[in-house]
Amino acid sequence: MENMISIQNVSFKYRTGEGMEDVLALDNVSFDVKKGDFVGIIGHNGSGKSTIAKLLNAIYFPLSGDVLISGMNTKDEENIWKIRQKAGMIFQNPDNQMVATIVEEDVAFGPENLGVPHADLRGRVDEALNMVGMYEYKDKKPHELSGGQKQRIAIAGILAMEPECIILDEPTAMLDPKGRVEVLNTIKRLNKEKNTTVVLITHYMDEIVDCDNIFIMNNGKLEYDGKPKDVFKQVEFLRKLRLEPPFATRVSYEMNKSGINIKDDVLTIDELAEEICQLKV
Amino acid sequence: MLNDITIGQYYPTGSPIHKMDPRTKLMMTFLYVILLFFANNVYSFVFMFLLLSVAIKVSKVPLSYILRGIKTIVFIIMFTVVLNMFMTPGDNVLCQWGIFKLTTEGIYNAVKMAIRIVLLVCGTSLMTLVTSPISLTDGMENLMGKVPILKNYAHELAMMMSIALRFIPTLMEETNRIINAQKSRGADFESGNLIRRAKALIPVLVPLFLSAFQRAEDLALAMEARCYRGGENRTRLKELKYTYLDRYGYMISFFMIAGVVTLNVFGVYLL
Repeated sequence: MENMISIQNVSFKYRTGEGMEDVLALDNVSFDVKKGDFVGIIGHNGSGKSTIAKLLNAIYFPLSGDVLISGMNTKDEENIWKIRQKAGMIFQNPDNQMVATIVEEDVAFGPENLGVPHADLRGRVDEALNMVGMYEYKDKKPHELSGGQKQRIAIAGILAMEPECIILDEPTAMLDPKGRVEVLNTIKRLNKEKNTTVVLITHYMDEIVDCDNIFIMNNGKLEYDGKPKDVFKQVEFLRKLRLEPPFATRVSYEMNKSGINIKDDVLTIDELAEEICQLKV
Repeated sequence: MLNDITIGQYYPTGSPIHKMDPRTKLMMTFLYVILLFFANNVYSFVFMFLLLSVAIKVSKVPLSYILRGIKTIVFIIMFTVVLNMFMTPGDNVLCQWGIFKLTTEGIYNAVKMAIRIVLLVCGTSLMTLVTSPISLTDGMENLMGKVPILKNYAHELAMMMSIALRFIPTLMEETNRIINAQKSRGADFESGNLIRRAKALIPVLVPLFLSAFQRAEDLALAMEARCYRGGENRTRLKELKYTYLDRYGYMISFFMIAGVVTLNVFGVYLL
């Protein structure tokens, strides 16, 4: 299958100022994301995961190596706007990415910038709002919405640009549990129904248990690239990277350690309950 | 303490004036203000007064809202009246103190100025009461785009205004939060003289400004990520459209001009 995103031997440094050593934020990272996949990028603070997001959107450019978005190199100045249209980006703070004073006008902001003809705009906006389940809020003002709702509007704003891929940089970090669930359900649905490629960057492991693929970052290096099931049971390995495995995995791990035989790759509470019920006393 | 601040002073009633295109309303207000300064006799002033009264009646905005604007400028009106009364040169001196002369011309001028200012303030506040800040911004962008010198800045200015409107409630919320946080740690905002109270505001303003800058940076990044490249080649979800109401609006404008000119000329004979 075609690669939506391809990162090839990318290194990146942040300037820290006069006389100080520049910090290597990314150190020779390579990975691919296939079209239609739902992938997670996870790592503790300062692991370089947010840097990747900004590289994917041509906000930063790699020091060495290449970032390709459906075959287009971000270094190529001509491609920047096409890349930003194809790979939409959602940021952490729901408040600071809303531009307009009315919800529907905010959703229209992206396509307006692309110069979508007036006749098509209304349709795009309505469709995007329906997709995130916020159509009835179209005339509301941003400050009348909850954090989760604002974040869904931000997603609608990206959808209205008809992207092939959505990159979300810790979209749930500032939300309450209800808002987190709303946002996660929305992006999962997008991935299933519209076959949009999703790159979810987060530090919550339980948000990415049903991803197609996950990438674990640590100190600017890619530590793991594979299925979530295979890595989540390696509790020791994860803890070394200062990551906390999902609750269910932790329980099954501790149970195994204290001599109760149970499958070690359970990821969700439901799976865990199922397994525990099958235990013979 | 900050929740009661409303943005602009829009008072929606759904009247025909509310439904008019913002451009029409801006143009009519502009014309009204100019004509106020052309009006030179009792008849044309009565005409201007009647025009505004009818507009207020049609708009269904309560009179108290319109008069609220005058309260804030009572001082300016008084100052202008006094200045006009005593500083207008004239022959018909009623009484005199040094260089200050009270003349009939002065009184006449003072009354004229007072009426002008009152009508001007009422007229312009009526416009802001019947037009939402967003459509006002849209209207201004559109009209400025037609003026050669302002053309290049029209989009940027309108974008700045609408972002300001967007963030006023957000920053107000934040101010409240900071004030509460400082209060919970024993900060005192309510007692002491003016200087002390002003000083107490510093620990509120510093974090507020800091976060406003952070927000600005985030917003700029988010706007670029959504392909914002300035006003060129942008399309609009809501395009301004003239309706039959605006046709009436422009007809009334001509009626306004004709009325003032006629009354100015023939008023002399009527007197």
